[in-house]
Order: sequence, then C-alpha cells, then structure tokens
Amino acid sequence: MQSEEHTLVEEKLITDKENAVVPEDLKTAEMPCITDEYEIVYQRPKTLVDVSMHYCPGCAHSLVHKLIMEAIDELGIQEQTIGVAPVGCAVFAYDYMDIDMSEAAHGRACAVATGIKKLMPDKYVFTYQGDGDLAAIGVAETLHAINRGENILIVFMNNAVYGMTSGQMAPTTLAGMKTTTSPYGRDTSFYGFPIKVSELIAPLPGAFYVTRQTVNNATAVRKTKKALLNAFRYQKLKKGTCFVEIIGNCPSNWKMTPVETLKFVDDEMIKYFPLGDIKLPKGEDLKNLQEDK
Amino acid sequence: MKGNEAMAEAAIQAGCDAYFGYPITPQSEVLEYLAREMPARGRVVLQAESEVASINMIYGAAGAGFRVMTSSSSPGISLMQEGISYIAGAELPCLIANVNRAGPGLGTIQPGQGDYFQATKGGGHGDYKLIVLAPSSVQEMADFVFLGFELADKYRNPAMILSDGAIGQMMEKVTFGKFKPTKFDKPWATTGKPPTRERNFITSLHIKPEMLEKNNLRLVEKYKKMRETEVRYEEIETDDAEYILVAYGLCARICHKTVNLAREKGIKVGLVRPITLYPFPEKILSELANKTRLMLTVEMNAGQMVEDVKLSVNGKVPVEYYGRMGGMIPNPEEILNKLENLIKTSHAI
Repeated sequence: MQSEEHTLVEEKLITDKENAVVPEDLKTAEMPCITDEYEIVYQRPKTLVDVSMHYCPGCAHSLVHKLIMEAIDELGIQEQTIGVAPVGCAVFAYDYMDIDMSEAAHGRACAVATGIKKLMPDKYVFTYQGDGDLAAIGVAETLHAINRGENILIVFMNNAVYGMTSGQMAPTTLAGMKTTTSPYGRDTSFYGFPIKVSELIAPLPGAFYVTRQTVNNATAVRKTKKALLNAFRYQKLKKGTCFVEIIGNCPSNWKMTPVETLKFVDDEMIKYFPLGDIKLPKGEDLKNLQEDK
Repeated sequence: MKGNEAMAEAAIQAGCDAYFGYPITPQSEVLEYLAREMPARGRVVLQAESEVASINMIYGAAGAGFRVMTSSSSPGISLMQEGISYIAGAELPCLIANVNRAGPGLGTIQPGQGDYFQATKGGGHGDYKLIVLAPSSVQEMADFVFLGFELADKYRNPAMILSDGAIGQMMEKVTFGKFKPTKFDKPWATTGKPPTRERNFITSLHIKPEMLEKNNLRLVEKYKKMRETEVRYEEIETDDAEYILVAYGLCARICHKTVNLAREKGIKVGLVRPITLYPFPEKILSELANKTRLMLTVEMNAGQMVEDVKLSVNGKVPVEYYGRMGGMIPNPEEILNKLENLIKTSHAI
C-alpha cells in the first residue's frame, strides 16, 4: 500500500497541474540501479502477467489478483491451477493471470468450476467472483457447489456495488447506500437487507474454511494473503469448499477518492460485514496437511 | 431397450467422461441409467441443481478437454440456452440431447417437435449453430450419440440430438457395434499450464468489435464447411415420386407408412427424412423440386421445418404443411387424406 503522505503528494501533482510544485527531493532523486549488491525484497509475482490492468485507480481487484498469484507462486502450483473468471469487473482476469482459465457466464462460475474439478480432482481450481455474480444471479450455483463440498476455492470480492455496469445496487449494498438504481439510498423495507454470504454458507457441512478479510491497510493485506495461501493449501485435503470473502472498494462507483473508500471500508463496510474467520478447519482435519509438509 | 436408455448406454460406449443433468420427463431415464452405470467405470455423473448449472458444468468440463454430455426435455433445454450460446461461442465440443415434449410453457410431457426452430436456428443469443441430429428409431438414438460426439469434436462445436418423447420412451431392439472413439488432440484445453506452452483460456468474450466480427466470420466459415460436408438424410421411394413428404423423427416413421398406403392407391409418393436438421438437406430437396409436383412437410408443431423446405426449393414447387400439436401424433391415414385433398385442389397441379 502507498502511504497516505505519498498519495497526497501525487494528488497535488494531478489536481494542480498548472501550479504544480515538484518537491525538491523528487527533482534531485536518482533511481538506484538494481545490481547484485541489492537484495530483492519485493517483485511482481511471476504468474502475474506484466500488462497494465483495466481496473480503475485505487480499486482492490488488482491488489487481490496480485495476492492470488503470489500464493500460487509461493506454493509452486501454476501448472496445477485452473481459474474461473466471472462476469463483472474481473471479466478480464485471464488477461492478468498466467494460468489456464475459463470464463464463465454471469453467476455460473461455481458450476463451471465443478465441471473442471470433478474431472480433474487433483488440480487446484478457484473462482473469482463479485457480489452481483455470486450473491445475486449465482446464488444457486454457489450454494450447491458448497453444499456438495466441491474442493474448490471461491474468492468472493464484495464491494457492495455492480462495478462493471457502472454502479447499480448489489445484494450486498449497505442499507441507505446510494447507487444508480437506489438513488435515494437502499430502502430495506423494499429491497431487504444486504446478504451476509459468508455467514449464510458457513453452516453448510460442505464449507471447510470460511473467512472474511479486507485489503484497505497493510495488515489487512497480509491477513488476506495468508487466508488465500491457506485456502489453496486446504484444497489438497479434499475436505470441502474454501470461501474467502474480501471486502473491496469501488472509488468510481462509490463516488469517492481511493483514500476515502479505504476509510469507508473501516467506518461502514466492516461494521456490517465483520472481519475474521467464520469457520476454521478442525485441527484433526489439518493433520494430514502438516504431515505432507 | 428404451430410446433414452439406448442413448445412455451409447454414451458410455462412446467414451463419455462425464454426464451432468437434471431430471425432467420424458428423459429422466438417461440420468438414472448413467447414475447406475457410470461410477463403477470411473466416469463422472452428477445430478445438478438445475439445467442452468448442468450446462455450465458441461462448459467447464468440455473446456478442460473431456467428452461430456447432458440431456433434458424442452423446458429444461430452454433453461440451458444461455450456456449453449457460451459453449458455441467458446467453441467447445459436447453433446446435448433434447427429448422434445410439447409446449409452450409447461405444455405436456407427450412428444412434440415444437423445438425445431430453437434447435436449428441457434436457440440462445447471438449468431451460432448447433449440429442437430434427428433420430427416428431407438437404434438411431444410440448411433447418433456416437456420431454426435465425433462431429462435436471434429468441429469443436456443440452437437444436439433432437428426439421426442415417443422415441425416448419406446422400446426396440438395439445393436451396439464396436465403436472406437477417435482420439482428438485438444491443445486448447484448460488442464493446467506447463512451462512449455502459453496459458489457455476458454472464453466467448471479444470486447473489440473488430475482433468479434472476425471471430464470428470464422464461425460462419465453420458452419459453411458443416453444410458442405455433414448433410445427412434418407430418401424413401423418391425415384419416381410426383409428391414428396418431408418429415423427421417420429413423423418420418409415420410418413413411411403413408408412402406405402399411397403407393397401394397408385399415388406416387416419396419421403425425404432429414437426419441432420442442421445442416439441412437443402440440395436434395432442391433437386427433387425439379421433378416433382408438390412437397408436404409433416410435423408435430405449428409448421416450423416447412420454412426450411420452402427456402430449399425456392418457389420451384408448392410446399405445404400438415401437423398436429400439443402432444397429439398424426396418423398415416390423416396425412394421406391431407395429401389427396392438396392434389385435388392445388393450382400448381
């Protein structure tokens, strides 16, 4: 994550172009050459394709893509992994992830993943879905895939809005939250309350690991990464579905600056969608995993 | 053996790796048969939560390079149309069987041919075609499973068996030949990316209109090749025929009897039975139009295939339609009556 200070400097440069003041230290700064003297402490994951993404500035999708690919790199499972992309903002996910992927129709990712995993039970299969895709049009496929205990990972990006179609109300839109189709705020007496999918599916015996994370600060990013790593590792156990919900943001459709969205996640989103593990595997279930290592 | 069971057994023998389906009358025997027979052979059979889910499981498994099949009946096939459009767009081979019942809506569970347009004109959104095979016997229910899988793989295109509730439920003797599935290379399949190749992705998304048009034109070329290469039909007593009946599936069986009745009366009637409804046997109908007086299509719908026959003969002979609807089955005598009336009244004759 960028520091707030750095973001503010950038904003000043962008918003005040004519009178832009370039800080002295930037004028004179020389980029150091990377040589053998330097230890590489951070780099783009190898399985993340080196292209610019179509996501809006400040959007969490690109960050979560990176975390998934870091997990795949660290586990060394690129050859064994098949991803399923949704319809929604992440519809082009296969342009960014250097793994075999299947595009799914809107809401059908879990059915597509079922088709792949049932035929190739030893491969790692994951879906990447937004809240419209998973929690509205795809509820049946999602619920039944989890109920069958499909050994897949479902990454659920919840940003409370339809991003790709530019800002309509989602099943997870907060009460009173304004969207293009709830211009006066979500009226819960008419539309009901936002669906807490993680809490809904966690009691199903087929759900093995259910957690809700976010990525609006460095600590949260590390926790999300850990959740994704574990969720991939658990697939080997063939004990059921791993479900990682990630509270995202949407600067474009929330009509906020990226920094404001990060605050909104803290102040509003996670009050209704509390963070943390909702269902953890039992110790005895993880025994085999530890033995494997 | 029942038609539906013959289809299921043929799927096993044709090397079907997985079947995904949802119960619906009059074809549930397919799922039941495979649920009993597939697991012991190490194949996958799954009763999905809906036809929407089953066609998307087909999409996933076909994309991973496996030989896969689903079946349903009319309302269920309607639910699959979205998925079928994606499968056609992503060019995935698979076999879909529609044991046609009568509609619209819930209709009835009795046989119908009301899904002809849906099957042969695409069915879902966008420009695409399925290879459509129409069996008229239990033997063909089995044979066309083999054929359907092979054509689907050959063209990377979904194939459909368009049957009906009568063929699906009737019992006849079936013989299974020794069928060896062709081994098709599928370098495009999503099986996990090794370092030796670029990543594979299965998609029907072409966001740039220029790219979409290019892709659609490529599909049009593929469909053209199917029309040139894969047309199948049966001719019955057409050599000296003055009048031609055109019918597929169950209606073709009935019309065969009509041909015999007419010949006994000295009326020279022949029958053309399209086996592939897409690609449609346009050429033979056009040729026959040069030497016959009238064509009559017989269908269990309000008149659908009649349009394709008219397009094929392009005004060279009058083309008439006779049909029964909503699960009612025409009998050979009423078809002959209709034909005799047409012969009496037709201006062209």
